[in-house]
Amino acid sequence: MPSDELVALKTKAEQRNRANRICVCTAASCQSVGADRVHKAFEAEVNKSQREEQVEVRAVGCMGLCSAGPLVRIENDETAVLYRNVTEQDASALAQSIGRAPVERLICPTDVPFFTRQHKIVLANCGQIHPERIEDYVAVGGYEALYRAITEMTPGEVLADVKASGLRGRGGAGYPTGLKWQTVAKSPDPVKYVVCNADEGDPGAFMDRSVLESDPHRVLEGMAIAAYAVGANLGYVYVRAEYPLAISRLRLAIRQAKAANLLGQNVAGTRFEFSVDIRLGAGAFVCGEETALLLSIEGRRGQPRPRPPYPAERGLFGRATLINNVETYANIATIVDRGGASYASIGTERSKGTKVFALAGQVKNTGLIEVPMGISLREIVEDMGGGVPAGGRIKAVQTGGPSGGCIPNEHLDMPVDYDSLQQVGSIMGSGGMIVMDESSNMVEVARYFMEFSMSESCGKCVPCRVGTYQMHQILSRMLSGCAGPGDLSMLEELTRAVGETSLCGLGQSAPNPIKSTLRYYRSEYEEALRKSRPSMPLAEEGVR
Amino acid sequence: MTSPTRVVTLRIDDREVSAREDETILQVARDNEIFIPTLCCLEGLSTWGACRLCLVEVSGSNKLLAACATRVAQDLEVKTNTPRILAYRRTILELLFSERNHVCSVCVANGECELQNLAQRCGVDHIRVSYRYPELSLDLSNDLFRLDPNRCILCTRCVRVCDEIEGAHTWDVMGRGIDCQVITDLKAPWGESKSCTSCGKCVHVCPTGALSQRGTAIAEVHHHRDFLPYLTQMRGERD
Ligand SMILES: Cc1cc2nc3c(=O)[nH]c(=O)nc-3n(C[C@H](O)[C@H](O)[C@H](O)COP(=O)(O)O)c2cc1C
Ligand code: SF4
Ligand code: SF4
Ligand code: SF4
Ligand code: FES
Ligand code: FES
Repeated sequence: MPSDELVALKTKAEQRNRANRICVCTAASCQSVGADRVHKAFEAEVNKSQREEQVEVRAVGCMGLCSAGPLVRIENDETAVLYRNVTEQDASALAQSIGRAPVERLICPTDVPFFTRQHKIVLANCGQIHPERIEDYVAVGGYEALYRAITEMTPGEVLADVKASGLRGRGGAGYPTGLKWQTVAKSPDPVKYVVCNADEGDPGAFMDRSVLESDPHRVLEGMAIAAYAVGANLGYVYVRAEYPLAISRLRLAIRQAKAANLLGQNVAGTRFEFSVDIRLGAGAFVCGEETALLLSIEGRRGQPRPRPPYPAERGLFGRATLINNVETYANIATIVDRGGASYASIGTERSKGTKVFALAGQVKNTGLIEVPMGISLREIVEDMGGGVPAGGRIKAVQTGGPSGGCIPNEHLDMPVDYDSLQQVGSIMGSGGMIVMDESSNMVEVARYFMEFSMSESCGKCVPCRVGTYQMHQILSRMLSGCAGPGDLSMLEELTRAVGETSLCGLGQSAPNPIKSTLRYYRSEYEEALRKSRPSMPLAEEGVR
Repeated sequence: MTSPTRVVTLRIDDREVSAREDETILQVARDNEIFIPTLCCLEGLSTWGACRLCLVEVSGSNKLLAACATRVAQDLEVKTNTPRILAYRRTILELLFSERNHVCSVCVANGECELQNLAQRCGVDHIRVSYRYPELSLDLSNDLFRLDPNRCILCTRCVRVCDEIEGAHTWDVMGRGIDCQVITDLKAPWGESKSCTSCGKCVHVCPTGALSQRGTAIAEVHHHRDFLPYLTQMRGERD
């Protein structure tokens, strides 16, 4: 028995449906190169030719290949053609091509590995549906998993599915999601919270932003299912204020879901109640750390505190709190929909499902991809990414941002999963992937990330506050040719000390970029030392 | 339905000790006169866990844990003095000395300083990282007390005592990372603070020479000899 709410929304979507659709990507990256103007030009074009009854101009979310934006897809129920680098001037020619031959010069081929190797779960609707229309989401099966969960399943059954799926947290650490949910579910606390971590502070990462901009209801549905499973009635999404489009779309989505009776009291006529509120972060990387994030929601200074107690036990306002990443929640509806076992058939033994990566740096195709766990790094960067633009050699691939490491070319054939990445000295992280060619100086790379960690350190604990400064100082000395003979061993000692003694994950993982570059490119450090004269003055940029 | 607190036994540095299960490793170690260095922790204030000097090794965890923030458990094996821990303690102390300007010989807290004492006890006689030499100025606006940020180690004892015990919340931390500083009110001069009650609690809990009473430093003594002619004159008139 489908719910009346969902049937009504589906009908609404069907009534709007037109034979032809012009889908214009209006997510942030395409917007920055004029997608809004392109969208308006298409609307004007269709309006002028009075074809509103046959053609819908639809603003959609990220289509993935952001480096070729603005992207436009012209489709009907049988075929779809993708166009790249579309400008306002192209609108008329493209609109007129409907029902005729496509415009060859703008075609973006979709039978290439960048598209064909993807496995879309989290991004399934991105670039397909209008992110600002709940009926579009419902038309593709949205909110059915939530409805089924609250009407046909016990919280325990939902939990069992999530456990069986093998899903691990996508926010960085890869903690088993089912286990976390179970801990919160078991807590006797009468008041519990569900929190979504959308702080996404890693430089170069934009997976969570794209999901929120392109398919916000998927995240809300995941949170609602989680709330049902653990017994919570109130949720918060903590989004960084630098994501205005994601915030406004999320706000709208919450309003729509409330109006459609899919959030709030008596969801879809059941006894289940769940409301969601948004809290904005002021762009401090450390506020992505869960204990700091919760303090920030409470309106206090965002600083980590020692764990235990973990948030699952004592979190927001001292209550049992479930905190997961955007992408983690975005997987939930599919897991409930298809069953945990089906989800677990994707991926490797210990890393199930898919992972979204933001591919950037020295590769031809940059943008957002979703791949099955276990795919090789080489397939991602060479086949899908297309390798280094001028045909150069890939020197290293950086994953995990300031908390991760550089994986050298000789390891490119390794599978991408939590454990393999850790073995080679990096981490899965939240999904940033930066390709570097031979022109990269690895000491420079290490200093770049250390500069980030140093300026994002909250300053609470001594090893991170002063240690990141000292490591940055040594790297700066090496790069400006004034390092002393003891600097390399001191640097190594500091990487160990800061990594092992810092209070939170920021300090604990801040030395990783240095550790991994020392492991694979030690000669570049030694070279810097050889060229050094301790009497040289430190270059200005290194001084603070 | 409060259950009675259980008593557990554990081992610290191969010594069998017993403890209430709600005690921290640090409390139990202190009861048994086992030395664990601390700077941010102070009995009576909330746990902060930030100086990281109290880190210990604990069985069943490859992470080092802060003794001040970790509860005991039955059969726990705690080690407080492995080579790894002793080395990290020294490094952390070195980092603290490098961060600000610590010149003990001219410091008001010379001989009364917890940082200096720990350095001596942990064998820090020189530091291997470079000094930052930040330029920081004293806050001398308060008639009774003085803040010298050159000696501050950002332990936040002052912040916590003023908030949790005095209830004034005059102190807080401003900035982040290496730029952090303790401030009064919204960085008003201490003497102009509207919230400070002049209770002096912050001065007494400060582990270093960062907070002190006026009139105690070198060349701070003031003699008011002009009272004498006045006094004798007044007394003479009486006679
Ligand atoms: C310095 C730091 C920054 C973090 N930033 C984020 C972030 O931006 N987004 C996120 O989801 N998790 C972030 N995390 C991880 C969170 O603390 C937490 O583990 C995560 O939100 C849990 O969700 P998950 O289990 O779904 O991954 C960060 C952790 C640290 C230490
Ligand atoms: S490790 Fe760094 S960010 Fe984390 S609490 Fe310590 S100072 Fe703050
Ligand atoms: S003297 Fe002022 S600042 Fe210090 S604890 Fe008392 S009220 Fe707070
Ligand atoms: S002023 Fe003293 S008590 Fe306050 S943070 Fe600095 S060292 Fe600690
Ligand atoms: S933002 Fe348009 S394709 Fe990614
Ligand atoms: S005394 Fe435990 S961290 Fe400072």
